[in-house]
Amino acid sequence: MKSDITFGQYVEGNSVIHRLDPRVKIVISLVYIVAIFLAKSVTAFILLTVSSAVFVVMTGISPRLILRSMKPLLFIIIFTAVINLFFMTGENPVFEWRFIHIYREGIINACLIVLRIVLLITATSVFLTYTTTPLALTDALEQLLSPLKKLHVPVHEFSMMMTIALRFIPTLIDETQKIINAQTARGADFTSGGLIKRGKALVPILIPLFISAFRRADELATAMECRCYTGGEGRTRMNTLKSKPKDWVFFFCILLLTAGIVLLNIFFPLYTVLK
Amino acid sequence: MNAIEMRHVSFAYGSAKNGPTAKKALDDISLAVESGGITGLIGHTGSGKSTLVQMINGLLKPDEGEVLLDGVNIWAEPKKIRQFRFKAGLVMQYPEYQLFAETVAEDIAFGPKNMGLEKDELDRRVREAARFAGLADDLLQKSPFDLSGGQKRRAALAGVIAMRPKILILDEPAAGLDPAGRRDILGGIKRFSRESGTTVLIVSHSMEDMAMYCDDIIVMAHAKILMHKPTAEVFSDWEQLASVGLDVPLITRVAAALIENGVDIGRDVYTVDYAVGKVRELLGENPES
Repeated sequence: MKSDITFGQYVEGNSVIHRLDPRVKIVISLVYIVAIFLAKSVTAFILLTVSSAVFVVMTGISPRLILRSMKPLLFIIIFTAVINLFFMTGENPVFEWRFIHIYREGIINACLIVLRIVLLITATSVFLTYTTTPLALTDALEQLLSPLKKLHVPVHEFSMMMTIALRFIPTLIDETQKIINAQTARGADFTSGGLIKRGKALVPILIPLFISAFRRADELATAMECRCYTGGEGRTRMNTLKSKPKDWVFFFCILLLTAGIVLLNIFFPLYTVLK
Repeated sequence: MNAIEMRHVSFAYGSAKNGPTAKKALDDISLAVESGGITGLIGHTGSGKSTLVQMINGLLKPDEGEVLLDGVNIWAEPKKIRQFRFKAGLVMQYPEYQLFAETVAEDIAFGPKNMGLEKDELDRRVREAARFAGLADDLLQKSPFDLSGGQKRRAALAGVIAMRPKILILDEPAAGLDPAGRRDILGGIKRFSRESGTTVLIVSHSMEDMAMYCDDIIVMAHAKILMHKPTAEVFSDWEQLASVGLDVPLITRVAAALIENGVDIGRDVYTVDYAVGKVRELLGENPES
């Protein structure tokens, strides 16, 4: 049961991108997302597509896996494409029939929007979900947000909560399966009947699940207190994050890329349509 | 007729089904358990005991082979699988964590209610099951979360007994209980089996418990059945048990040591009472030793 669940989407690997400082990866993805939204012209999109392809190759993750991560968003992608196709007006009509008008600008725009979404998913997959463990992400987030501590935001506590929540997801899934089995063995039926009946059928699963979650939380709190955990103040870490030269190199490359896109938008605005 | 019968049952969990790491949880299992007795199921961790147990009441479906209860293939009509869950009641490990209702009585009634039973019959079933499980009447109206650990365990057990299963399967029913609690719960199960003629299958790691309560024992190792014999014969083969990482009752180890030192106490010693009798017998014949 347990091994069936791929929790998060981290793909084991040892590529340059895998080994980047997770803080840098978070910042890079933000910058790259800004770059994707800044791109307005076909030339800029060509540059983005090529660079994304290079990143995918660098991670060593099969492109098929990245395409698969787009499946859940397929509906949104198609929906936005269709909306743009039919409702974008322009000067070059391609197809007209009664109330349907399709313009060349609409077609290009729809394609670019789809490309934009695909690039967004690829970028976050490549930099974050596929190459960074959830734990590394929360650690990095804690450090990136640490200036907020000055404003009395409990950054450490939030990140500790997130870490614990992540840690317990597989445990709770396991537990849920056990409880479902136990109640099924007593003849519980979750698959027939109307909405209300099905909702009621969940009670014998949810109550034991909540109780055991509270029990676990209580036990964990006691265990942490026994080891003198008091929170973020003066706490050191076993693995401290250190950025190396290659992290900075990567960071500046992305900045250059963004600058390039702005320049392309201005100087080679081939088919600038996206508004 | 055999209460439980399996014919060439194989099973692998989802992720282990195909590919180079394919590993079967059950590998061509065939067995027959006669009706009415108490059968023990032992095996090292990961030998397939829990999988086997979930096959019997249809929580898992075999990849190959057939499971028969009272001679009927339970997967002949997959839509009617629920009736076999009532027939083969399964008490999972640490069943107290599945209690959910407002009162103990309501929780015990969950199974019978799912069978479609109504008010009076429901009430009778609850009381009967509580009596077999050793729950006092005044506990029935309490919240299950106010009970002690041992009482919770019994309430969960009663929840399955109340379905009046013809076969009762228990996965580690005494795990985590103190010696008195173990005796109470296992003694109650034995009494229930003898009085109602229910076939019982117990999974346990405690060889002492197995020796005390089981008529025969199934030994599993590496997804296969190693042996299925009367209790005395299983424990007399301590070499083979040790080879798959299993122990024998303490008193059998004493007997083994005696045999090694030339005292012929016999290999069929697995309860203390029997051993005491044997030793007396030996001393009587041979007072100097």
